[in-house]
Amino acid sequence: MFIRVNKDKCTGCETCLSSCPYDAIIVKDGKADITELCQLCRSCLSVCPEGAIFEVEEEADKKEKAQGSGVWVFAEQRDGELAGVSFELLGAGRRLAEKLGGEVSAVLFGGSAAGAEELIRWGADKVYHCDDGIFRAFNDEPYAGLLAELITQYRPEIVLAGATPIGRSFFPRVAARLKTGLTADCTSLDIDGETKNLLQVRPAFGGNIMATILCPHTRPQMATVRPRVMKRGEYDGSRKGEVVKVRADNVKSRTKVIETIREVSEVSVNLQEANIIVSGGRGMGGEKGFQLLFDLAEALGGCVGASRAAVDEGWIPYRHQVGQTGKTVGPKLYIACGISGAVQHLVGMQSSDIIVAINKNPDAPIFSVATYGIVGDLFEILPLLTKRIKEVKGA
Amino acid sequence: MKIVVCVKQVPDTAEVRINPETNTLIRDGVESIINPYDMHAIEAGLQIREKTAGKVTVLTMGPPQAENALREAISMGVDDAVLLTDRSFAGSDTWATAYALSKAIEHLGADVILCGKQAIDGDTAQVGPEIAEFLDIPHIAYVRKIDDVKEDSIVVQRLMDEGYDLMESSLPVLLTVVRELNVPRMPSLKGKMAAKKAGIKKLTAADIGAEESKLGLKGSPTQVRNIFAPEAKRDRKMINGTNEEIIDALVKELTGLKCL
Repeated sequence: MFIRVNKDKCTGCETCLSSCPYDAIIVKDGKADITELCQLCRSCLSVCPEGAIFEVEEEADKKEKAQGSGVWVFAEQRDGELAGVSFELLGAGRRLAEKLGGEVSAVLFGGSAAGAEELIRWGADKVYHCDDGIFRAFNDEPYAGLLAELITQYRPEIVLAGATPIGRSFFPRVAARLKTGLTADCTSLDIDGETKNLLQVRPAFGGNIMATILCPHTRPQMATVRPRVMKRGEYDGSRKGEVVKVRADNVKSRTKVIETIREVSEVSVNLQEANIIVSGGRGMGGEKGFQLLFDLAEALGGCVGASRAAVDEGWIPYRHQVGQTGKTVGPKLYIACGISGAVQHLVGMQSSDIIVAINKNPDAPIFSVATYGIVGDLFEILPLLTKRIKEVKGA
Repeated sequence: MKIVVCVKQVPDTAEVRINPETNTLIRDGVESIINPYDMHAIEAGLQIREKTAGKVTVLTMGPPQAENALREAISMGVDDAVLLTDRSFAGSDTWATAYALSKAIEHLGADVILCGKQAIDGDTAQVGPEIAEFLDIPHIAYVRKIDDVKEDSIVVQRLMDEGYDLMESSLPVLLTVVRELNVPRMPSLKGKMAAKKAGIKKLTAADIGAEESKLGLKGSPTQVRNIFAPEAKRDRKMINGTNEEIIDALVKELTGLKCL
């Protein structure tokens, strides 16, 4: 596909110039021209008052693609335990499969037979399960090797994984090997009604911009999906499906996990699984301020999160960080205290069900995503709130 | 030991915004910097060199002005700088970028390849692992500590969701690194002088023997269909009054929503 200008229609009015995010349009001799900087984003197509900008389909675009069918989700397990994102992927996979027709299959490396059955109850029609010992710990090469092999054999149309340290590390190898596209860290997926291509929406530029990405000519279409953004599928204890046992005969690994070290602090920091998060930013003033958050979190039975500003100040360890460079969370309740709400923080928490923002600055951007906003002094409000919660819970 | 550090010149993304009316990027006055994660990769390369002897080459793919990023790396103390630049690279997605970089690395030779965990403009974290696949070498992502580098193996710590993995790999290997790994050094005065004078080696698609069909827009499986501004939604309700009144109201609302 290319974008071209009909020189007969073009009046050289320059309206299109500012529509191009890539500075790919120039006006030469009174006519617009599209340069090689063009990324085919189509932003310019609708802006020309003369309708002089148009798309050209290449012959190659029309050639039949190796279509394949079905949606696959990679079900991640850690220490044999299925990761929550696996169920979210099954939910997303089901919604896509309904629009495309075809089955939803899960791929499980390591894990147990019970885990495979669990995936069926969460919405998988089929589970490709390999319980070879090589998958007990995560190594990129065997994971990538067997998944690429299975995709080549069964030819799914779409393959999804969680945008976790595991998914984001080995999926690129699979895409590189299969000569197909991979879109990172998607926050929304849909099917184009006309072309049936997968529409992959993801944040870029630190969350300042959203982009829709297509993989129009190669299959499968691959994406990693941000955890805690998609809704889980329906759990049905009586659901039936097929488990296909798979062998890992041809995989190798040049890396070895010598030891897995878990770092657990007193208050659980498993932010991504938390129902309630009390989070603090620069406005907390220091470690003492954070103690107020730990008190409130304890009273609520929640976890403590932090903005990057607070982590950079050294008031709380990195593993508490919420945002573009930290964890993405989606709890039922997120209480943001003394967080101004830089967009990098907002992208990590705005899918929370209820957001309470407490800040002394009434113009703080955090209020734009809040369900409830409170302008006031944290050091007065937080202890009172903790006390009240304890009373309510005790009653 | 040959060490290659891949860096990317990026706009300082904290400054990039989108005009919600026109859905176009507002880039006026946005500064270009070395991708912050890549600064940690450069530092890691220099530290490995200090322990094992060897040579650190910094490699970037980009337009001619990406040379500035390479000069900054030289001022930190790297030995060599290579700019991979060719019009045919324009419009590359992660697949085509990784392919071109892998051909350049093949051309240069490397025992350890270092990348930042991701670039702050695209945020994909895909190019590093894809380079490793094209080179048919192992990779370890999210490295937070390098414990040991031997002639033919390396021991590192890989950051995971619930702690870290102690990993061993054979060489050659590609590592992508996180901020916790180190504190990048400041350029020295001597380094700054060297950076001004240093020759930057330029490589084109032909120099690295890349296949035309795998480059740029043509070689990219993915396409950007459109870009738009993120929406800020929600019907916000401000709660006012004395502290007591605020807490009464908040607790009542949250109880009503079964949040407590």
